[in-house]
Amino acid sequence: MQLDLRIPMGLLFTLVGVILAAFGAATNSDPAQFSHLYAKSLGINVNLWWGLVLLVFGQVMFQMGRRSQKRMEKLSHPVSTDTTPRRGH
Amino acid sequence: MELKSVDWLIMLLYFIFVLGIGFALKRYMKTSKDFFQAGRALPAWICGLAFISANLGAQEVLGMGASGAKYGLETAHFYGIGAIPAMIFVGIFMMPFYYGSKARSVPEFLRLRFDEKTRALNACTFAVMTVFSSGISMYAMARLIQVLHVFDQLFQALGWPKENIFTFSIVLSAIIVLCYIFLGGLTSAIYNEVLQFFLIVAGFLPLVLIGLKNVGGWHGLKASLPDSYMHAWHGLSHASTNPMGVDIIGIGMGLGFVLGSGYWCTDFLVIQTAMASSDMDSARKVPLIAAMPKMFFPFLVILPGLIAIALPTPHTTESITHTADGAIVHNIQVVAPQIEQGKGIVPAKVNPVTGKPMLQADGKPLLDYDMATPNMLLHYFPTGLLGLGLTALLASFMSGMAGNVTAFNTVFTYDLYQSYIHKNGTDRHYLTVGRIATVAGILLSIGTAYAAIAFNNIMDTLQLVFSFVNAPLFATFLLGMFWKRSTGHGAFAGLIAGTSAAMLHHGLTLPIEANPGIHGGWITVVHHYPSDMAQNFYGAIFAFSANFLVTVIVSLFTKPKPEAELVGLVHSLTPKPETGHLPMWKRPEALAVLILVIFVALSIFFA
Repeated sequence: MQLDLRIPMGLLFTLVGVILAAFGAATNSDPAQFSHLYAKSLGINVNLWWGLVLLVFGQVMFQMGRRSQKRMEKLSHPVSTDTTPRRGH
Repeated sequence: MELKSVDWLIMLLYFIFVLGIGFALKRYMKTSKDFFQAGRALPAWICGLAFISANLGAQEVLGMGASGAKYGLETAHFYGIGAIPAMIFVGIFMMPFYYGSKARSVPEFLRLRFDEKTRALNACTFAVMTVFSSGISMYAMARLIQVLHVFDQLFQALGWPKENIFTFSIVLSAIIVLCYIFLGGLTSAIYNEVLQFFLIVAGFLPLVLIGLKNVGGWHGLKASLPDSYMHAWHGLSHASTNPMGVDIIGIGMGLGFVLGSGYWCTDFLVIQTAMASSDMDSARKVPLIAAMPKMFFPFLVILPGLIAIALPTPHTTESITHTADGAIVHNIQVVAPQIEQGKGIVPAKVNPVTGKPMLQADGKPLLDYDMATPNMLLHYFPTGLLGLGLTALLASFMSGMAGNVTAFNTVFTYDLYQSYIHKNGTDRHYLTVGRIATVAGILLSIGTAYAAIAFNNIMDTLQLVFSFVNAPLFATFLLGMFWKRSTGHGAFAGLIAGTSAAMLHHGLTLPIEANPGIHGGWITVVHHYPSDMAQNFYGAIFAFSANFLVTVIVSLFTKPKPEAELVGLVHSLTPKPETGHLPMWKRPEALAVLILVIFVALSIFFA
């Protein structure tokens, strides 16, 4: 296979998760200032919690993609060495 | 709506990744097979998720929310009986012919099985429909961006006139979709569809969870809605006892058998993703893998509509508070009349001329159900998560467009250009043509989007015409794959007859409470249906039957293809797909049985 989708997708969700969780954490510390922000979501800091969920999901995807990419490279290595050497290892 | 930098950051991140995937895939696009068919090398799970995402455009997401608010849980039939049996059928019985015949597109399969003219008819109508659908998707996105004021702040900051928001949205989405398809072809489109699938889940799951918590869980939702809203099957024995105004024959035959199969089993928009998988077993599993999340999607896309209707309607309130220093403060929360006249957080429709809420024939306010899901996002999501929710919506608009564009460039290049304009070109030549077709397809879509502004009814009319063309399609494929006697002349005549029957039916019938015109009855009214859904479902039954009968009759009077030419195309002449090398539980048939069991269980639970 060409490019394992789980690698970029895992990265995207990891980054989105980090951003949301960081924003959630930053707005968590001072309830007086930010309480209006989470009035909409029933007082739950959804940014923090959902950010963490997405972070975990993104990491799982990313690691799965990495592992399968490595396996594929190992499989195709003996074939590719007798033609042109691969770049980017 | 106010978007903060964190919302913008998430949206920007998505755009960067979408384009990044396109650039990363560019170096793999060496042959036309890589570009149009993703090299036939993608794993089943990716194709499976793309298979349902191709259908999960934003109009679908918003439309299902709207329908949920209007009709309740009965809407789930579009995800159940209207999809699951058809997805199982295409996976188990039809995929061996699509994938095994080595056809590169659905119209090409029709040429192999029938003849040139059947292919030409199907390819032309399909190419036109994909371009228009992608234009409609573009228009809907630009309208939503305007209504939700997504880019208003940005435009204010940059000092640009607000009238240009529509054009800006269209051009932006067109450029992004163009870039990633131009670079990565079908692989890019499929990858982005999968990305969109997860974004929709990431954006809508918290919405449903918070919404359900707010209304008091499932029981709270049940308590605040009329009983008929919470049943999918109850009251289906007669049209007058369910919100949609349809009966079991309309749902089962019309939606389940004709419309569902017509879409999931014959539309190249979804079939192209299955045909991109790496081998026959994977190709057969693609629709089955897709059916799994499909069964649970009503919870994500229909429930927001139900919750939106169940919430208390906001009213103008006046509260008086006595402050500590003795002053009396009047606090008036003014709610716009269209919101006050609405139901839950679904606003009433406003007459654009008078600015007053519009009324139905019975004096009740006409509700703008399309705003159910967007209003839910605005109601519950704080800065941060709101950015993610909007990104999910934008992603589904764009991947809906992309699927149409890749289907268009494939059908145009293989079925029109290579067959009728330039036959013996090099592979490189067709790759270039495919890229040019991508650009042309997107330009035509932009044209459609602008035409939609100029002519108010163009979208309804287009969708009506599509339904005439699509309704009879399944009969042609069914007869083609399972009756070796059916002929090209028969199939061609059947398609024409089916579409004519659909048109005639629409011209002669009318839903009650509608005026003759776009809703039907434009010839003369001979029958009234209890609802437009019923009219639609029964129209499909008529179109299918007409196609079936005419194909059979004409086939019997014309010469069939010799059997040797039909091997691999017709069921009785094709060896069964070999699954012996797979353990029992990994075979497509096992997956199909599992899906059926879950489907029946869900149907009973939400009856």
